[in-house]
Amino acid sequence: MPLRQDIKKVLVIGSGPIVIGQAAEFDYAGTQACKALKQAGLEVLLINSNPATIMTDKAMADKIFIEPLTLDVIKRIIIDEKPDSILSTLGGQTGLTLSMQLAKEGFLDAHDVKLLGANVETIDKAEDRQEFKDMMQKIGEPVVPSKVVTTVDEALEFADQIGYPVVVRPAFTLGGTGGGFAHSEEELREIARNGLRLSPITQVLIERSIAGWKEIEFEVMRDAKENVITVCSMENFDPVGIHTGDSIVVAPCQTLSDKEYQMLRTSALKIIAELKVEGGCNCQFALDPENFNYAVIEVNPRVSRSSALASKATGYPIAKIASLIAVGYSLDEITNDITGKTPACFEPVIDYIVVKFPRWPFDKFVYAKRELGTQMKATGEIMSIGSSFEQAMMKAIRSVELGFDTLSVEKYRKASDEEIREALTRRDDERAFVVYEALYRGIELEEIQAKTQIDMWFLDKLRHLAVMERDLIEKGLSDERGAERLTVAREIGFLDSTIERLTGEKFPRKYAGFKMVDTCAGEFAAETPYFYSTHDEENEAEIFLEEHNLKDHKKILVFGSGPIRIGQGIEFDYCSVHCAWTLKDLGYDAVIVNNNPETVSTDFDTSDRLYFEPLTAEDVRAIVETEKPDGAIVQFGGQTAIKLTQHLKEIKVPILGTDPKNIDAAEDRELFDELLERCQIPRPEGKTVFTTGEAVVAAGELGYPVLLRPSYVLGGQNMIIAHEDKDVVEYMNIITSRKLENPVLIDKYLMGTEVEVDAICDGTDYLIPGIMEHIERAGVHSGDSISVYPPQTLSDEIKETIVDYTGRLARALDVIGMVNVQYVVHDGKVYVIEVNPRSSRTVPYISKVTDIPMVDLATRIMTGATLRELGYEPGLNPEKDYVAVKVPVFSFAKLADVDTQLGPEMKSTGEVLGVAHEFEDALYKALVASGNKMEREGGVLISVRDMDKDEALETAKRFADLGFTIYATAGTSRHLSRNGVVNYEVRKLSEAGPNIGDLLDSGKVTYVISTSTKGRQPGLDEVRMRRKAVERSIHLLTSLDTANALVSSLENGRTMEDIELVDITAI
Amino acid sequence: MSYFKRDKRAYVLLEDGTLFKGFNFGVEGTSTGEIVFTTGMTGYQEVLTDPSYYGQIVLQTYPLIGNYGVNNDDMESVKSWVSGYIVKEWCEEPSNFRTTATINDFLVRQNIVGVWDIDSRALTRKIREHGTMNGAVTTEDLDDPETYARVMKLIRETDNIRPVTKVTSKKKGWFYSRENRANHVALMDYGYKRNILRMLLQEGCNVTVMPAESTIDDIKRLNPDGIMLSNGPGNPEDYPDLIANIKDFMAYGKPIFGICLGHQLLALANGGKTRKMRFGHRGLNQPVKDLNLDRVFVTSQNHGYAVESVPEEAGFVSHVNMNDGSCEGIEYKNCAAFTVQFHPEASAGPNDTGYLFRKFTDMMEQGQRTRLKGDQ
Repeated sequence: MPLRQDIKKVLVIGSGPIVIGQAAEFDYAGTQACKALKQAGLEVLLINSNPATIMTDKAMADKIFIEPLTLDVIKRIIIDEKPDSILSTLGGQTGLTLSMQLAKEGFLDAHDVKLLGANVETIDKAEDRQEFKDMMQKIGEPVVPSKVVTTVDEALEFADQIGYPVVVRPAFTLGGTGGGFAHSEEELREIARNGLRLSPITQVLIERSIAGWKEIEFEVMRDAKENVITVCSMENFDPVGIHTGDSIVVAPCQTLSDKEYQMLRTSALKIIAELKVEGGCNCQFALDPENFNYAVIEVNPRVSRSSALASKATGYPIAKIASLIAVGYSLDEITNDITGKTPACFEPVIDYIVVKFPRWPFDKFVYAKRELGTQMKATGEIMSIGSSFEQAMMKAIRSVELGFDTLSVEKYRKASDEEIREALTRRDDERAFVVYEALYRGIELEEIQAKTQIDMWFLDKLRHLAVMERDLIEKGLSDERGAERLTVAREIGFLDSTIERLTGEKFPRKYAGFKMVDTCAGEFAAETPYFYSTHDEENEAEIFLEEHNLKDHKKILVFGSGPIRIGQGIEFDYCSVHCAWTLKDLGYDAVIVNNNPETVSTDFDTSDRLYFEPLTAEDVRAIVETEKPDGAIVQFGGQTAIKLTQHLKEIKVPILGTDPKNIDAAEDRELFDELLERCQIPRPEGKTVFTTGEAVVAAGELGYPVLLRPSYVLGGQNMIIAHEDKDVVEYMNIITSRKLENPVLIDKYLMGTEVEVDAICDGTDYLIPGIMEHIERAGVHSGDSISVYPPQTLSDEIKETIVDYTGRLARALDVIGMVNVQYVVHDGKVYVIEVNPRSSRTVPYISKVTDIPMVDLATRIMTGATLRELGYEPGLNPEKDYVAVKVPVFSFAKLADVDTQLGPEMKSTGEVLGVAHEFEDALYKALVASGNKMEREGGVLISVRDMDKDEALETAKRFADLGFTIYATAGTSRHLSRNGVVNYEVRKLSEAGPNIGDLLDSGKVTYVISTSTKGRQPGLDEVRMRRKAVERSIHLLTSLDTANALVSSLENGRTMEDIELVDITAI
Repeated sequence: MSYFKRDKRAYVLLEDGTLFKGFNFGVEGTSTGEIVFTTGMTGYQEVLTDPSYYGQIVLQTYPLIGNYGVNNDDMESVKSWVSGYIVKEWCEEPSNFRTTATINDFLVRQNIVGVWDIDSRALTRKIREHGTMNGAVTTEDLDDPETYARVMKLIRETDNIRPVTKVTSKKKGWFYSRENRANHVALMDYGYKRNILRMLLQEGCNVTVMPAESTIDDIKRLNPDGIMLSNGPGNPEDYPDLIANIKDFMAYGKPIFGICLGHQLLALANGGKTRKMRFGHRGLNQPVKDLNLDRVFVTSQNHGYAVESVPEEAGFVSHVNMNDGSCEGIEYKNCAAFTVQFHPEASAGPNDTGYLFRKFTDMMEQGQRTRLKGDQ
């Protein structure tokens, strides 16, 4: 069936901000969808609130709305733009849920809009627990004994029938939010209550625990002609019980015989046929390791994180093909892009093994509960490809950037056997390392298996690595088997530098060669240069370059930014991808190196060649040996890429753009100070210290509050604001216990307005597309601040100073390409806080709202063009008559025990944008897009630290004037009462009831404003209160600036209906 | 752990002189044959015991072989018929509840020379580009010129003439279905895979396995409801005697279902043509379109020869390979027969085309009804 003739104009719904459980994979899927639909000749409309995405780029769709993903907004777009159909299955759970609501309300029918990809019955069958069970029963597929309940009592009753432990799964929540294992009545009561609250339809499923079964996934596809195929099978390293997003996963399945494999494959195909999905579908199974019993656990009738992984693991572009199927094509009509000859209607086979490893945010959230269960906690993931499991696993460990090159972790190496045996029973993010340590010290596989229920196959493979590491340390390379040991160590994934480190011996380096990912295990010649490294005889990348006469082409390496993590998100992928596109346009071969399966940069048609590899010096060296590039670009891959600079310089790969020594100058405190002095630019007074004593003295001299941080940081890691000596001592104790080699920086903390600029510089001229002003005063990490373009409160004089300083810095650093500068404006004076001579997280959004393609310009400049040649006037670009407000989005609900108070350490996982003519409207939009319901009634609970009390008074008055009831904790309450603000005093959580806890449970509170000098530790009263608010989904504000912005927006009186929708392609 | 046991060198030598150095598993020795690659990621035990691989050296493109060991149930015949086995890596600690032995134990028991730790993808690419070649797997020292010359001579002398005669049953075998639909099928054993038998039994057929040379008289004595022409090894053109018998089977008028070699032999019996393919189809992911249903099915395949055409008056192509357009199935007009090139019995591979066995039983039942009517 070719393209449906009744489809001309399709609305694509994106997935919104990055949150845990819904990350960059949907930008990848959405980008593929938009490209495929446009290629099919369709008019594409797109809505997505996330400005950091590639899919919201001008070229991706005919009209693009960076607007809140709410029913009302989508309805308005449908009424105004009159699409004839809507694609629901590419925008994650968000897109799917919205589409379903529109369909169920009858809105789509009323407006003659066809729902593509899935229908309402399909979605209900897959997502409503009871309908799912009924369907499975009908087609004879086994499920785990379970019951849908709507009250806690029902849950307890059913659990009594089937016995504990039971699993709680809330209906219609992201990444299984609010679910968990309950081993007792008490636990079930708590989890069920929480799950019921989080489920939009107040429904949870209680089911028998099948802990210890293998968790297997199949990605399947179906078209309207009922052709069905499986794209990929995946096996979880961790048995059932840990969310697959938090599991190490391998593809294809390793421990299943053909009989078991076909049994589950057939089941998956039966399910997709029954669901009548037209597109992709993910089926999750539990398989008893002792027999052929299995159960269908979950079905996702849409593209998902797993389908992104399956696409990258096999080379089969699921999202693209799902989109083409949705508009009428059948699988046999679509060509497999990799071979260019064979159809997409086949099943990929691979001749390598893939490992996915999650990236968790626990390095940022040191107090978070690290235990893993049915609720996903990872922010991102990496994928590695190898010829063996061992090799892929070693690459995974390097790719995930934890600072390890083997699975050995010092703290576990130092632990006693007893401690390791105990740790084996824990299910947390470090489990693989504990297992490795147990294997390293020779604890029996059987014991490890009994405690972890991890399949013996995986344990045996990990043991190979552990034994090798031990042999390298204990036997070195000089005994009679030394040469063989070296060969085998390389083959199973040890880097030469690691072998050197472990053995203390030097030997001639040998770099890995490359093999191709081709969907067909070599059966057909492939057109697509997508490579992974291995130690084998033939280097296919080298052959490819020869056969295609590419050796003399100008080649440039572009580095991606690895896994999505807090502080380094999807925005860097946006930059890497744009850089590659521009290089291609300029006639260079763009060669991308990255390891994140969720991204557009690792799509095989983004670059001229893709190397799916860890971003470490030696891994990159191997690529350099094969490619012999003419240069490399490090400005776009975040800190991950910057870290490679020194090494590239050593091996004489020219770095395009700003000279590496100037990148250093910006990061090194002393050099930076010199630079500022030369430029005559002030910065907050600061000192460098090494010891606690020095720190206390320095803080006293500077005067509190002061800002403390280690000298090399990303996303404000380990930064605090200290208000007294005690804080400094506590901080220094933590830092010095980690033996940081770099000094600690201590700065006077100025409570001013924070301002940020991104500039492009060609060595002579510089261009500033726009200045961004932060709503929150300095002290809240820039990534967590609400940011406004153009600035609303800065005088022209201040702006001129900022432009002037930026120019001076850019010239002094001889910036070629991008630079990001952060300022604080305090008492009318401009200070520099930070300079980053690289791309920043604001680049995608500022590029979109100012219509200046920053990455494209920077790339052209790095390859020799000047701003003037490119047609740009130097200086500050004239301000647009739109205001754009960026609001951060957090994933606190998914991370138990994390303090939600904002500070210098970044905590947000994503962002949304609001664009309008007026500031208030843009802010309102962005707040709505971030999930704020903008309720205009109810209560506001205020609990602030002493230094904020006067300011809080003003805020409280404004809320009270709007008709809100004010609640406050003792100190705050007294202050408010004394100043004439009527309020109810509430007892703290630690005090007798009724207290704050009961108030929050009562549903009377709409907003909570909470600031405290102390935070982080989960035991603290304030932290517990904030957690409680998060768990009750009550809007929480931890900065008075944010609270004031919110109240202004409410005072304004306008609502979404009054605010225009903006097609950003027309800006 | 195989990773640390790299004591015995082994080689793969191709007729064009290409040499791969690896290590030995299975037994030591020298063995020659046509080198073929199979892309299935599961089902190595089924491959090793599929008689269609008789005399061939099998290369697995999937690099990790033996992960679930071998077991007693997944045998597709009584033994392994391959003359050599090549993998990237084999697993010494298999993990599966049915595992009874490692793949190495199995090869030793079956007396097969195995080679591991070679660049298996490079070898696959070589075969893809140059077409299937003869070659050897050996543990002899090929660095020694004399040995090399001797092994090369063996490779050049390698032939695989009429291998069906080596793999077929010597005697008839009777199998009874537990279902009571009880069609009786004569299964012509050209090297049948057990799962063909299992599928027939599952469909309610009683089955008599017949030696390959069985004539129409032997068949008539059984008075079967249908005849199944099985898969098997070798060049179909080498079997004029079997083809002559099949002509008699057609005239007999009972429904015929052919798979793989059976498909090719029936085409030749009808005046059709077959050809040797460059490197054949071997794997579990071949897309085949059923032209009657206008649907594509993923199929299990193992063949190096293909049917090029059958005369128009004899039959028409019913199935086509979506990758290369080759003929995957024929329906006959001049007799009650249909055949497919792929393996609807799967094992290893997808079960998506199992419906063809139902089609066969339906034809047999239809035939019975017609005969009953005729009797009245």
